[in-house]
Amino acid sequence: MGDRTRPLEGELLRIRDEIHGYALEFGLDFHPVRFEVCDYDTINILAAQGGFPNRYPHWRFGMDYDQLSKGYAYGLQKIYEMVINTNPCYAYLLNANHIVDQKIVMAHVYGHADFFKNNAWFSNTDRNMMAVMANHGTKIRRYMERYGQNKVEEFIDRVLSIENLIDVGVLFETQELRRLSDERMKTVATEIANESDDRSTALKSFMRVKERTGKMGPTPEVELSDLREKKINTPRDVMFYLLENAPLEEWESDILGILRDEAYYFLPQRLTKIMNEGWASYWHSHIMTNRALKASEIIDYADHHAGVMAMSKQNINPYKIGIELYRDIEYRWNTGRFGKEYNECEDMHLKDNWNKELNLGRQKIFDVRKTHNDVSFIDEFFTPEFCERQQLFTYKYNPRTGRSEIETRDFQEIKNKLLTQLSNFGSPVIEVESGNYQNRGELLLRHKHLGVDLDFGYASDTLRNLFALWKRPVNIISRQEDQTLTLSFDGREFKQTK
Amino acid sequence: MDHPIKRDHARFRKIVKGRIRDNLRKYVSKGEMPSPKGDGTFKIPMPSIDTPRFKFGDKNQGGMGQGNGEEGDPVDGQEGEGPGSGKEVGNSAGKKELEVDLTLEELASILGEELALPKIEPKGKKAMPSVTNKYTSIGMTGPNSLKHFKRTYREAMKRQISSGSYDFLDPRVIPIKRDFRYRASDAKVEFENSAVVIYMMDVSGSMGDEQKEIVRTESFWINLWLKSQYKDIEVRYIIHDATAKEVDAETFFKTRESGGTLISSALKLCREIIQADYDPSEWNIYPFHFSDGDNWSADDTKLCLEILDQDLLPSSNVFCYGQVESRYGSGQFYKDLVSRYGEDDDKVILSKIKNKEAILDSIKDFLGKGK
Repeated sequence: MGDRTRPLEGELLRIRDEIHGYALEFGLDFHPVRFEVCDYDTINILAAQGGFPNRYPHWRFGMDYDQLSKGYAYGLQKIYEMVINTNPCYAYLLNANHIVDQKIVMAHVYGHADFFKNNAWFSNTDRNMMAVMANHGTKIRRYMERYGQNKVEEFIDRVLSIENLIDVGVLFETQELRRLSDERMKTVATEIANESDDRSTALKSFMRVKERTGKMGPTPEVELSDLREKKINTPRDVMFYLLENAPLEEWESDILGILRDEAYYFLPQRLTKIMNEGWASYWHSHIMTNRALKASEIIDYADHHAGVMAMSKQNINPYKIGIELYRDIEYRWNTGRFGKEYNECEDMHLKDNWNKELNLGRQKIFDVRKTHNDVSFIDEFFTPEFCERQQLFTYKYNPRTGRSEIETRDFQEIKNKLLTQLSNFGSPVIEVESGNYQNRGELLLRHKHLGVDLDFGYASDTLRNLFALWKRPVNIISRQEDQTLTLSFDGREFKQTK
Repeated sequence: MDHPIKRDHARFRKIVKGRIRDNLRKYVSKGEMPSPKGDGTFKIPMPSIDTPRFKFGDKNQGGMGQGNGEEGDPVDGQEGEGPGSGKEVGNSAGKKELEVDLTLEELASILGEELALPKIEPKGKKAMPSVTNKYTSIGMTGPNSLKHFKRTYREAMKRQISSGSYDFLDPRVIPIKRDFRYRASDAKVEFENSAVVIYMMDVSGSMGDEQKEIVRTESFWINLWLKSQYKDIEVRYIIHDATAKEVDAETFFKTRESGGTLISSALKLCREIIQADYDPSEWNIYPFHFSDGDNWSADDTKLCLEILDQDLLPSSNVFCYGQVESRYGSGQFYKDLVSRYGEDDDKVILSKIKNKEAILDSIKDFLGKGK
């Protein structure tokens, strides 16, 4: 960020060394962390751009910046810290923070950095994203110069409309799959190499497909229908399906590929919000209260920590649920409150005083942070006792009284609701069913209905954008109030068929 | 060079204002003006553009929360307290609004920043005594918003240690009522520059309710800004059709007459008020005139220009004329003023206010020169 950020110096540098030492002492494991100090305007800019100093030009970064700046001006919210999943791991501190806040933030950042490096869902993310994002920016700016800002921006808007149509499974393209695809790549390696390549990885694989089908030698028309009927390997990766099969110009394919790469880069963070924030909070709390706090700082620390952990009646605070769940797991594995024997114990007195002194807690939470995501975290470790202690409930709008009211404190219902909200990173599950629907080259998507209807207003506008990419009629099968129906858009009008 | 996000920001603002990318218009949630809610809080719209995506409908979805309460208890009671707390209020389709507790001063400084208004350089000597409150001491009572956390906890800790209820192994500090400490103010008298705003409005038949609403909102913001620049301001109101009279604020915004229009009548009364009460060497004087641009005759307009040139302009900081668009107004007076003073005169600021959305721009016209 040029002269907008500066490296640590003086007192902050000393504190950094101290906190860094504690983080290592407690066994946190992270890529090198580079702290930079900046003012609130800069941190708002960074936050608006997903943490990155360089992005492609787009109004939505300006919108987020507008909202963050206003929020700051009105005293509604303040960003204390930003940390980026890269290697080295960049972290930004607000220059106006008090010293005790800086300590908390640094400890918190080391927690995130450990999580980024060790959690399985992050294992395939590109740690060089700082340069990649900047490169994406350069390319898109070049396209804007060539084709006009409005035209390119409009295309980006359409792609952003399907940005959530990606497949979590793709994050786990395994080593084996990767080796196979590397082999396939070799056949076209020479051509690709000639491109002195700064194209997105998705575009490269798209080009590979074209290369391959080209080499098989059928006529172009046959190739098209071929593609549209072949098996769809990752039906939830609608972005990839369009990349391979929609009639796009090369610059359009490149941008679609870029946006898809970026969407996958951010996906692990969306899958682990509770775990990641919980883990970072667990460690800032542990480091501060066991090592770093001075007596004179206790009240400020407690005030700040309590603010971050505040419970709300309207939302789940991921920091709070996360930290408490790790602490609960640690406690249970320290005392041996897990497994068949404990679960089946019916002597309440025995159960209340259960302590096998296993002291496996710390090891257990390190394992958990490695292998789980929010869904499995909740599914496996959310217990009725925890649910009650955390005073969780679900609420529902009551049309009779015109207000939202507590619905239930039933454990199973709360757990189900929590899992539903978290599943598929909070997005509806949408799959490509066919690229040759009705044998007319129409796109057919299917919404896997898991209990909650789609917003049909939004769905219609999304179809409009999909049509602009697919250039043939687009359809989606969904369910509305227990009726299966198909929503279609043919470029002129919308149709609903039952 | 400034950060490129400023260009994204400018572009976003242009889209919101409907100047570019017209196809996005339907996704824009409108409105930029904070509006007072009457209980000290303000509704502040955050313009936003909603990208359409496949997403869940929120009908009947409800949510989850934490805290005490029985089944059937409401969860959207008051939340947060004190200044600076706020919440997002979900509204129809992607509309984001914030409700915040703000003091008028805070609001004014935000307005100033939003519109990049320059600070006013007051003229005249500091003659107006005014009382300011400085929060320099600590008291035992006060509102929650002034609660002093550190002092409160320190008191609680002192009490617990002296009463022996403090446990070093389980160091909980729980303040009770008498521990609470609040920031308290000391009154100080200072001398300030003084300013007066004289609003004149055409209330003849062609000015409808919508036009008056615009004037009302606009004057609210003008007062707000001027109050933030001067410690105290006086405000006077004149309504006119073919004759002018001075009224109180309430009458000013309510009155509707049906007669013809002689703008000179208002300017004359304005001149009298200034001559009687406000010595231009001591006062910063701001006459604002709002009308739909109709005047009875060219002769009267000529008279207006004379009054402006000879009396009002020499004694005022600036003279501001806001022309509210109405179905019946001809807008002639604006043209007359332009042909006399041009659109960029230092002393005469002219602004056309097409509709409510244009209020902000018009305030910027009026106050943007820092006079």
